[in-house]
Amino acid sequence: MNTPEDRRPVKKVCIIVSRGSLDGIYPALIMANGARMEGIEASLFFTFFGLNGLVKKTMDAMKVSTVGNSALNMAMPMLRLPMTIPFPTWMGAIPGVSAFATGLMKKEMEKLDIPPVREFLEMISDSGGKIFGCKLAMDMFKLKREDLWERVDDILTVGQFYEDAAGSGTHILFT
Amino acid sequence: MKKNLVGNEIDVNEEGYLTDMSHWNQGIAQAIAKEEGIGPLTEAHMKVISYLREQQTKGAPLTIRSMGKSGLVTTKELYDLFPGGPLKKSSKIAGIPKPVGCI
Repeated sequence: MNTPEDRRPVKKVCIIVSRGSLDGIYPALIMANGARMEGIEASLFFTFFGLNGLVKKTMDAMKVSTVGNSALNMAMPMLRLPMTIPFPTWMGAIPGVSAFATGLMKKEMEKLDIPPVREFLEMISDSGGKIFGCKLAMDMFKLKREDLWERVDDILTVGQFYEDAAGSGTHILFT
Repeated sequence: MKKNLVGNEIDVNEEGYLTDMSHWNQGIAQAIAKEEGIGPLTEAHMKVISYLREQQTKGAPLTIRSMGKSGLVTTKELYDLFPGGPLKKSSKIAGIPKPVGCI
């Protein structure tokens, strides 16, 4: 049994978004939004390929990764097929397959009232959540502030990210 | 379990949510709001609360997104009206069950 001492509530989550596929970004968006709904502070730090979700020109066109994703059998029920049917990984490389899987996934998400990336980020930002870009990754991908979504709060160095995470009830999550 | 709210013995669950939404009235709403550190409830709060009760009667699932799209409040206003858990707290004040969704 946990003692009351051990059960100190989560006060803040700082979530690192390092993946740039649709399935890579959503867990972070859902966790951040869910935190705000519980009254927990939330900040999202987009780094490396995760920045794909903040670039104005790419954020609305993120795709489900079908190459090297050996768990795509999970999506089989969306095609009314049993989940136990394996999805051959070579098929993921066929042109159009990723777009098809993305369309399918988006349809299912809409049914559950999960918003598209841009609208989801707006919701998180409206709720008081903070959206940050990683300075080093921006430099590496030759991105400027104006390439990013207008509502990004700031571009941070790793050190600044940790400063933002200060506090005894903060948890850092890597996705 | 029973809880005394503005002189009435009301059935609530262990988290303080009313177990029967028909036992709700505005006085009870004010009392719960006070306990939650919200209020006094204004017309803006009441609009959200009546909307929640309507949706609950219809059996419609509640999400922050659907609230934002209702045209009643923006997401930001909802968070400002019910700080510290917009959907959970507003549902509690509205006398409806705790929302179960993740969105």
